[in-house]
Amino acid sequence: MAGYSYLRPRKSVTLTVLLGVLIVYSVLPLLWMLFSITKTQPELLSSFGLWFSGPFALFDNLREVVTHDDGIFVRWFANTLVYVVVGAGGATILATAAGYGLAKYRFRGRSAVFATILGAIAVPGTALAVPTFLLFSQVGLTNTMWSIILPSLVSPFGLYLMWVFSAEAVPTEILEAARVDGAGEWRTFFTISLRLLAPGIVTVALFAIVATWNNYFLPLIMLNDPDLYPLTLGLYQWLADASGIGAQPVFNLVITGSFLTIVPIVIAFLLLQRYWQSGLSAGGVKA
Amino acid sequence: MTITCNRRVALGALATLLAASLTACSGGDEGGGGGGGEGASADEIEAALQEGGSVTYWTWTPQAEKQIEEFEKAYPDVDVTLVDTVGAGEANTKLQNAIAAGKGVPDVVQIEYQSIPQFQLPGQLTDLTQFGFDELESLYTPSTWGSVAQNGGIWGLPQDSGPMAFFYNQEVFDEAGVEVPTTWDEYVEVARAIKKDDPDRCLANDSGDPGFSTSMIWQAGGTPFQNDGENVTIDLADEGTTRFAEMYQPLIDDELICQLPGWSDEWYAALGDGTIASVALGAWMPGILEDGVPDGKGKWRVAPMPTYDGTPTNAENGGSTESVPEASENKLLAAGFLKWLNSSDESIQAFMETGGFPATVEHLESDEFLGYESEYFGGQKINEVLGAGAADVNEGWQYLPWQSYANSIFADTVGQAYLDRSSLLDGLAAWQEENVSYGTDQGFTVNG
Repeated sequence: MAGYSYLRPRKSVTLTVLLGVLIVYSVLPLLWMLFSITKTQPELLSSFGLWFSGPFALFDNLREVVTHDDGIFVRWFANTLVYVVVGAGGATILATAAGYGLAKYRFRGRSAVFATILGAIAVPGTALAVPTFLLFSQVGLTNTMWSIILPSLVSPFGLYLMWVFSAEAVPTEILEAARVDGAGEWRTFFTISLRLLAPGIVTVALFAIVATWNNYFLPLIMLNDPDLYPLTLGLYQWLADASGIGAQPVFNLVITGSFLTIVPIVIAFLLLQRYWQSGLSAGGVKA
Repeated sequence: MTITCNRRVALGALATLLAASLTACSGGDEGGGGGGGEGASADEIEAALQEGGSVTYWTWTPQAEKQIEEFEKAYPDVDVTLVDTVGAGEANTKLQNAIAAGKGVPDVVQIEYQSIPQFQLPGQLTDLTQFGFDELESLYTPSTWGSVAQNGGIWGLPQDSGPMAFFYNQEVFDEAGVEVPTTWDEYVEVARAIKKDDPDRCLANDSGDPGFSTSMIWQAGGTPFQNDGENVTIDLADEGTTRFAEMYQPLIDDELICQLPGWSDEWYAALGDGTIASVALGAWMPGILEDGVPDGKGKWRVAPMPTYDGTPTNAENGGSTESVPEASENKLLAAGFLKWLNSSDESIQAFMETGGFPATVEHLESDEFLGYESEYFGGQKINEVLGAGAADVNEGWQYLPWQSYANSIFADTVGQAYLDRSSLLDGLAAWQEENVSYGTDQGFTVNG
């Protein structure tokens, strides 16, 4: 059935409607957020969500977000950047090097590595969080930045993607030509292969950045010092401030903070999306 | 806001896992205490405070910063590091994690009364009797002292209390033409009248909240949980529990209460616009109404809890203590800070200034406290009502040693009664069954 519509593209009412529903479904919450960040807290609670209401409080909200609790939001933002740059950056470098190595060199135990990596992709990170916590607690790494960065460095899926991509994008003939011309393996990698791999690297980097930026469960169980929190956990802390004895609801700050949190990731997507697409499809066809 | 619920479950599961691994590690060291028995007198504590050092304090109390400021004025050589643990649920998980990790355990930590057995029974809290804290008993209300002094030790000093009270929106009551209920029978009738007057409104909201239900059982005179450290008795069909369930059943059956989860943004909105006409919660509620429900200013009032037979009885709802974990490396200094925090006048004044409801008799009975006229409550002397409620709290209540786990499975058992409008007593029986099997798995003798 899928083949049928693929070969003879036709306007399908069902599909159009379905797609329309999906668009509304994904855009509505965003719209709600855009309207909500302009409201004061009382207006936020009492007015219709998809239109403006009351005084335009966006700038007050923004100012309050970065100053509330001695400006801890800025700290959380910086923490997230550290986790993303070191964690996701490191993951990308490791995945690229390892994927390339596995694709282009023959050595003993290669298929064992292959099986391990495929198996690792099947295990969600959330399932590993508790064992990782217990391991880290034995070596005294919990409640440190390393407890977030180290697990982020490992990306089996990224490695797999780079492997498939390397096999496709870097012809073995070029490598042989480079070797004949006397280039060492490192030089070949850095001057020739790396350039050919660029779209794949961007894809893997985007995956890793998004995963690290949105990482919630791991920091939740690893960290207990609010000064080390990433944005995800910090925003939850503000949300949770609304419950129990001594509650201080700051729903307007939670929403404005959430908005500030998604802005960088949206920008990253818009800038890198064409690489993302080509990278994904290259992997897809080959796999 | 379903995130909250899912996360609670996730945290509960994690806590359970860790608790299991902890029990495995700490086998043999029963009865707690045993921290080298380094007893100390009040003089020695004072000397330690003068000498100085550093103390890590985990709390979610909003007034903590102000209190620490005062403390560091009194004892400039002691450096207190404050860690905001957000809320009770988060705090339990964090403490559990830190103890499991054996690293980063705080010196003084805020724990809800209902979670004390969970940390005390595995020997994770310091018995403060060794620092002479038994002499402080007369400072606190009997019900809060009873929550920290259990199983032959003193496991913390009460910070606040939450005797229940009936908070209601006078404007909505006037519109519906109803009076404040003094008995639970009247309460059900008022609920009916408000629903009839305006179907969008409810007298109260409840979607199955374990903290509320246990307090209601407590108020009805039930003592469904009893434990002496090893033997646990669970009877969720005792006289008081049954009395509560039978009173409450019509509210569920006839859909007289709104199924709105507490503390959500909708809840705050509903308290402000009159959709929810009353809440029965702890005496700490006024501060939250003032902060979170500015629209309700001038409309809300407070009354004593409705009774079953005209005799005033009450229960605690929430409230917490500060304790010293067994793994603290500086117990003497920690005990000194704790003693100052929850018994010195400077600290308690700072706590009360912004709406904290104390646990100390002296402050609860002071003229200044009782005479306070709340502008939010239309000039009502709210503390006269709230303070009187503290004296009527039923004695003998205990929580389960695994209360936070029990609360996490409340929705799956008792919560079902709210969803299908089925029997609350059946739901409670199901909750009991799950708890008996969980407790037995944890190595307790349950209903043996």
